Amino acid sequence: MQTPVSSVILVIIASFIGSFGAVFLKSGACRLQRKWGSLLCNWPLAAGVAAFLLSSVFFVAGVKNGQLSVLYPMASLGYVWTLIWSRLFFKEHLTRNKFIGVAMILTGIVFIGLGDR
Amino acid sequence: VSSRLIRIILNHPIALVFGCTLLGAAAQVFMKMGAIGLSRSAPLQLLTNFPLLFGYSLYGISTLFLVLALRRGQLSILYPVIALTYVWVTILSMLIFRETMNVVKGIGLAIVVGGVGILGTENSTKPESESGDAEEPELASVSAREGTDR
Repeated sequence: MQTPVSSVILVIIASFIGSFGAVFLKSGACRLQRKWGSLLCNWPLAAGVAAFLLSSVFFVAGVKNGQLSVLYPMASLGYVWTLIWSRLFFKEHLTRNKFIGVAMILTGIVFIGLGDR
Repeated sequence: VSSRLIRIILNHPIALVFGCTLLGAAAQVFMKMGAIGLSRSAPLQLLTNFPLLFGYSLYGISTLFLVLALRRGQLSILYPVIALTYVWVTILSMLIFRETMNVVKGIGLAIVVGGVGILGTENSTKPESESGDAEEPELASVSAREGTDR
């Protein structure tokens, strides 16, 4: 069973939306307090959950057809996006290892795609 | 004993993220099961699609674990453990959906896992940090301290 290109595109869109979920969750997690009531006013947390939900809609539509073992690793593109946002929004340092990691993720995804042909 | 265990887990982002990978992988499998049963003609069936709803619930719990872990550790530190999810999902896909594995896919998976794993290794003071699991709690505690300093 070959994985259709449309499924791959849907998963890539899901990874892009999901990467914003991680950014919002991180900023929401920094504001967490012991009081449960404060959860309700934590808008970044809500935005993070919303982004993950929206992302999952695209993901579910993507994995309906094709192999999960091909499509799920492709969601790791989200890390590539997240790295960019980590640098932009949290001023985390971009190091050599992160560049190597991103290059490996992209290479691995290409291999998985080729293995499916 | 159990409350102490819970406290230990809550204070160790790596343990939380490990739980997150197991739940997350199971969630993907249930979501795929649910997705197979979805039809465009009857969108309301979504509400009675048990595997999909169960998958979403697992995904939600897994996300909660991730939030608690992120609170303690730097976003990028937790990646090496998160990368395990790819291994669980692939094993489950082969067992449950009879998906095929070949050398090229296997190499690709290994490169992706390695790539995700290496993203979080740069903050270690030791150069060979990417090799051992025993190093990870130390990495995490370093990041937790950084978190409180900020």
